[in-house]
Amino acid sequence: MRVTLHVWRQAGPVALGKFVRYDVSDVSADMSFLEMLDVLNQQLIGRREEPIAFDHDCREGICGACGMVINGRPHGPQRATTTCQLHLRSFPDGAELWIEPWRARAFPVLKDLVVDRSAFDRVIQAGGFISVRTGSAPEANSVAVAKQDADLAMDAAACIGCGACVAACPNASALLFVAAKVSHLGLLPQGQPERASRVVNMVTQMDAEGFGACTNHGECMAACPKEISIDFIARLNRDYVKAAVRGKAHAAQGNGGAA
Amino acid sequence: MTMELRSNSPGGPLAEKWERHRAELRLVNPANKRKHHVIVVGTGLAGASAAASLAELGYTVSCFCFQDSPRRAHSIAAQGGINAAKNYQNDGDSVFRLFYDTIKGGDFRSREANVYRLAEISARIIDQCVAQGVPFAREYGGLLANRSFGGVQVSRTFYARGQTGQQLLLGAYQALCRQIGAGQVRMYPRTEMLDVVVVDGQARGIITRNLVDGKISAHVADAVVLATGGYSNVYYLSTNAKGCNVTAIWRAHKRGAALANPCFTQIHPTCIPPTGHHQAKLTLMSESLRNDGRIWVPLRKGDARAPGDIPETERDYYLERRYPSYGNLVPRDLASRRAKEVCDEGRGVGPGGHGVYLDFRDAIARLGEAAIADRYGNLFQMYQRITAESPYRAPMRIYPAPHYTMGGLWVDYNLMSTIPGLHVIGEANFSDHGANRLGASALMQGLADGYFILPYTIGDYLAQANLPKLDATHPAVRQTGAQVADRARKLLEVNGRRSVDTFHRELGRLMWDRCGMSRNAAGLKDAIQKICVLREEFWDDVYVGGRGADLNEALEQAGRVSDFLEFAELMCRDALERDESCGCHFREEYQTPEGEARRDDERFGHVAAWEFTGVGKTPLLHTEPLQFEAVHPSQRSYT
Ligand SMILES: Cc1cc2nc3c(=O)[nH]c(=O)nc-3n(C[C@H](O)[C@H](O)[C@H](O)COP(=O)(O)OP(=O)(O)OC[C@H]3O[C@@H](n4cnc5c(N)ncnc54)[C@H](O)[C@@H]3O)c2cc1C
Ligand code: SF4
Ligand code: FES
Repeated sequence: MRVTLHVWRQAGPVALGKFVRYDVSDVSADMSFLEMLDVLNQQLIGRREEPIAFDHDCREGICGACGMVINGRPHGPQRATTTCQLHLRSFPDGAELWIEPWRARAFPVLKDLVVDRSAFDRVIQAGGFISVRTGSAPEANSVAVAKQDADLAMDAAACIGCGACVAACPNASALLFVAAKVSHLGLLPQGQPERASRVVNMVTQMDAEGFGACTNHGECMAACPKEISIDFIARLNRDYVKAAVRGKAHAAQGNGGAA
Repeated sequence: MTMELRSNSPGGPLAEKWERHRAELRLVNPANKRKHHVIVVGTGLAGASAAASLAELGYTVSCFCFQDSPRRAHSIAAQGGINAAKNYQNDGDSVFRLFYDTIKGGDFRSREANVYRLAEISARIIDQCVAQGVPFAREYGGLLANRSFGGVQVSRTFYARGQTGQQLLLGAYQALCRQIGAGQVRMYPRTEMLDVVVVDGQARGIITRNLVDGKISAHVADAVVLATGGYSNVYYLSTNAKGCNVTAIWRAHKRGAALANPCFTQIHPTCIPPTGHHQAKLTLMSESLRNDGRIWVPLRKGDARAPGDIPETERDYYLERRYPSYGNLVPRDLASRRAKEVCDEGRGVGPGGHGVYLDFRDAIARLGEAAIADRYGNLFQMYQRITAESPYRAPMRIYPAPHYTMGGLWVDYNLMSTIPGLHVIGEANFSDHGANRLGASALMQGLADGYFILPYTIGDYLAQANLPKLDATHPAVRQTGAQVADRARKLLEVNGRRSVDTFHRELGRLMWDRCGMSRNAAGLKDAIQKICVLREEFWDDVYVGGRGADLNEALEQAGRVSDFLEFAELMCRDALERDESCGCHFREEYQTPEGEARRDDERFGHVAAWEFTGVGKTPLLHTEPLQFEAVHPSQRSYT
């Protein structure tokens, strides 16, 4: 099959970008989307043009490195699928595809389709953990955890930190990502002692990074390759309000979490 | 230069070695820890757990990875599980049994003391991870669940759906993040280490390239820890993430660190077969699937019927037939070899006959679709996405693929290489898996090294090492930095006609054919010659393009492929030197009449550790004899 691509090319963080058209023939329906870009890049190298820069690593839908907006949809048209797991059989022969990087103030473009998502790391650094010193843990089975709680925690923990939720949101809110971590840890007995401070600190950092507020569009869940549920956002909001009532929210000025 | 391989394995009874050793290790005064700067390269299970634990102890830590976030290290992709001798199932597991299974699974080519320590520590890893909030699978009563993995007869594998590596890594990543937030760790993502700085025989720093702007920098420290993962990508096609490489350990090897058993590479039996020449990587289907899936091929050659149309009597469940007591759960090396064999006989299925069936029909009939979905849902989904076929309806097609590398930098019992101050943990070292790793043991080893071994042993080194003050202006640091910059410039200057990728693919094909699932002397000799020719051609004709001072993936790749081209030669030499078959190293000349590996303990009951002497020069072989006190090496039997 063949495809026509319009790819966002941008030489660096401050350079102006533009769409460049490429016709790629000789691709097969069994190829992954990134393998198709590999083929194009090999052709570009053959013509001594610069290959398209994009992030990728595992190519199994788990590391969260890949991600581009394809015809207006983060990770493309297939439900619950990362860009690297998307296959060309999802597109008709001769398809015309517009490919762009995540667009969000908190995710500046570094080059072509590569963006800087380190804001996510800083949100986790602000509180997305359970403080447990190596070696101080009690026997693993000393605390039972109801299977449904463990399963729900796992549903939330499945987030791969790709950023598609931010790219999909009209406000570029990161609330689904933050809610996934707050819920994962908040659902487990081990996460209780820091539950209130965690949600406040993470939401505060999220606001400081320049992510927008959540106004309940639900686009995030539709784009999320791991189908993280917006129910977790409701859970975060409850935790946030509770923490605020208990007076732990004094430092948090932003309202991204409580909207 | 003379190289000494002192294992520093402590004396005394096996079960007391680690305890005694710990009591004898020197300690660093708490007030002095802050003054010691430790570099950790890598943020996989090994690196992240080490960096976090060292920072908790009070050391000043710098940590590096090439991905945009430490959370994306390749460990994230591990699916099936992590072993621990908890004996929660009351099925007779114990520290000794886990130790024994691991030694035997490795075909008696690993160090007893190390493996015993690993088994001993395993239980604490689970405690640590649960406390961090790792959402392991649980039973209805709320306690932890287990599953079985290959090569063992007890159920000791802990798991988090099919995403165990992800959840364990996120636990370690979060611990690391806590320390970054607290200012104890300085994190350098998108930064590639390109050399080790050795000053007066001690590892005192690294040279890195910033992958966004191309800037080359020196970082000095009191000790360096490499946790840079495995080198399966020498085969080009493997189950590893695209960025996995040999660069860090190879460059350390060139600076004097011995490299051990490089030919011990594991080919995993259950991967999705390739579909065409565009293939960029291969996808693993977790070994845990062999718990419920049955492996078979048609009895008759060239049987083109759909699997559902082949009656029971015309199927060959060849693993169950040959290994009645282990059945589909034989170790990986055997499962892979037998799959290759039936395909070579012309009984393979799917395009090109490169595949065997992994069938869930009986398990679904027995347990119901919902129970199978609960155990393997995400794996089935992944399979379906890639192949457009549903494993609920038709059997999976699978084929072996390169997956894990048991070889790596040689380390002593303290996880220190032959360069004082250079420690190596996780898949990057050679330590615990001998000639074949059992499933769910890599995650265990990475976390044992990072959480519970290195934090103690590195203190012993720092407490006694003489570490003169050093900064980046030291001539040795500047010289190493200049050499790194020079290599990058040279790669750009070749300006030839072939892309980096074509060289990598060609090398991979050659290694798969000659140094893959089975090897022979003639093939290995031929490969060594061809690698040398290919390497010359690379430096004559590669085209990289772009600039050094920019985000330039082709340049990153070029550096890694240039290292693979040097390393591959050593791998073949090691395979050629080892005139025996053991574990994953199958030399066609050395097999039993049944086609099983024939070891030669007399001549090869040792670790082969190689010393670098120059590119294209014959390396020097050193051996560390393996002594067995607690177990008796026997012909492995899984029948
Ligand atoms: C698909 C798959 C499934 C698996 N499933 C299981 C399983 O179920 N159970 C099990 O026990 N094992 C499993 N394994 C094996 C296991 O995942 C790995 O052996 C283990 O995770 C390796 O961890 P590590 O910390 O040593 O290295 P990695 O996780 O590979 O991390 C390497 C780190 O080093 C960094 N790095 C590398 N080179 C450089 C450089 N030059 N400069 C800077 N940074 C560098 C990387 O950025 C990364 O952070 C699986 C492996 C694969 C491929
Ligand atoms: S919530 Fe979903 S879309 Fe957002 S970062 Fe996590 S996996 Fe990606
Ligand atoms: S490359 Fe890892 S999720 Fe796509």
